[in-house]
Amino acid sequence: MRVLNSESSFLARGLRHRSFVVGGALSLILTGVAVLSLFWTPYDPIKINIRGRLASPSFEHWLGTDHFGRDILSIIMAGAQNSITVGVVAVSIGMLLGVALGLWASARRGWTEEILMRLSDFMFAFPAILLAIMLVATMGPGAINAIVAIGIFAVPIFARLTRGAANAIWAREFVLAAQAAGKGRFRITLEHVLPNITSVLVVQATIQFAIAILAEAALSYLGIGSQPPTPSWGRMLSEAQTMIFLNPWLAVYPGVAIALSVLGLNLLGDGLRDIIDPRLARQR
Amino acid sequence: MSVFLVKRLSTFIATLFGASILVFLALEVLPGDPALVILGIDAPESAVIALREELGLDRPAHVRYFDWVGHLLQAEFGTSYTYQVSVVELLQARIGITVPLALMAMALSIFIALMLGIYAAAHHNKGGDVTVMSVSQLGISIPNFWLAVLLILFFAVNLRWFSSGGFPGWDKGFWPALASLILPAIALATVQGAILARFTRSAVLDTMREDYVRTARAKGLSRRATLWRHVLRNALIPVITIMGLQFANLLAGTIVVENVFALPGIGRLILQSISNRDIVVVRDLVVLLAAMVVAINFLVDMLYAVIDPRLKARDV
Repeated sequence: MRVLNSESSFLARGLRHRSFVVGGALSLILTGVAVLSLFWTPYDPIKINIRGRLASPSFEHWLGTDHFGRDILSIIMAGAQNSITVGVVAVSIGMLLGVALGLWASARRGWTEEILMRLSDFMFAFPAILLAIMLVATMGPGAINAIVAIGIFAVPIFARLTRGAANAIWAREFVLAAQAAGKGRFRITLEHVLPNITSVLVVQATIQFAIAILAEAALSYLGIGSQPPTPSWGRMLSEAQTMIFLNPWLAVYPGVAIALSVLGLNLLGDGLRDIIDPRLARQR
Repeated sequence: MSVFLVKRLSTFIATLFGASILVFLALEVLPGDPALVILGIDAPESAVIALREELGLDRPAHVRYFDWVGHLLQAEFGTSYTYQVSVVELLQARIGITVPLALMAMALSIFIALMLGIYAAAHHNKGGDVTVMSVSQLGISIPNFWLAVLLILFFAVNLRWFSSGGFPGWDKGFWPALASLILPAIALATVQGAILARFTRSAVLDTMREDYVRTARAKGLSRRATLWRHVLRNALIPVITIMGLQFANLLAGTIVVENVFALPGIGRLILQSISNRDIVVVRDLVVLLAAMVVAINFLVDMLYAVIDPRLKARDV
């Protein structure tokens, strides 16, 4: 019964929070469009139709067609799939490794912690794009290298956050009690530390998701991310730039799609943080 | 001061070494033979072996690593396989674009951030604050390369105030060269400025809650004077740290934005080197960029100590 109460108050608080509602709605639309595009798009997003190239928006093609005559709306819809896949996989890589390392550092303290944190320090010198450039230089361009690079980039971020939050939990009385009861570090980490830092991790995952979408778009724009014919918002932009004098609108749609997705996830993250920890909300 | 300096300096050097090892491992030890990468998979066996010897790849990894770092320490970079010139020579022409661009963007983003952040904090929870925060939320969400494309669309295609890309070179006069960097700098600075503005706002708000601020107000100092004299100096400390951390993103952004505007800078050189499979250039440039980030963060640490002497004391 109490669980039910806390859940309903979470929802009630959420629905009163503007960022959470707007962010949640945008994120739902993004997911919905991606799922829908798995089954249905107005046209085949990779079907070329040279005769109907660079058409203006019309009843048949709501957003017009590109230089290959492909339906823009369909490519944008299918591009959502790509963005979500990259986001989910990259954030999972970063979160799994980062959280494990952070928990390890926090449980061991001493030299392990020091070395892990210094390692994560110098990883900050490598933005996702530099990592991707290194991977692509040895293994060739491709979506997988981009995803791995974005994921690795997120590892130190999660590691630092986890370690900080976990250290605070380790200092609490109930952990002391668990230690007194004879539980080992591994069990305490799994049973007491991890459950208590999940909310922080969920908020960060949302924000990293947004960062991953931005990074993937940038890499695809540069031609070192998703490769054709996979529909990708970043590559749509780079293709549109060559047509900028012919049809400037082509450069607008994919950007709007990226910006709205990122905006939605950022707002959702902000909202979640406020709702999970109302003390922070009042301060800000 | 000396203990503080030595400690930070040793961290700085250790970080540089760590970065060089990472780049070396990523490019040399990962599966993939650089000689094969350069020549392509269809290359005859003899050519691959000859190139491996030429690149010194037949030697053990640790020998190659120390050889490479030893040369880097003497500012001797490798030789580009495609251009057949030293990486230093390639850099000389390009650094004059990337560094001014990064600095312009940095200055512009600090200006935007301080103006908006302080304004929002001073009008906390009023219309101005809400507007600034909404606009900055939007600014954070816009990819810098899309903003760059939009700027080209508006200022180059429609208004024809600027060219849509390219760089005339500094020898063709200061103003034309500077003008070609203005749109790229705005594209970079808007996103960075939006992020920084939010940090500035919350730092100023946090400081305004301090006791000494209340004291300053109680002794009769005006709101404005308290803000400028007491709040800002203290609020700037966290803001400067974030600026340092953001520098890595700024450099990464430079790589992308240079490509949008076809500016022949370091970012464009890296991408061209990837498509030319010029691994030596990629390796040296990646280390150089990482070193720049580490160096900026080191400087920020130093600056930090100057602004807040308490930090030095705590560290010793």
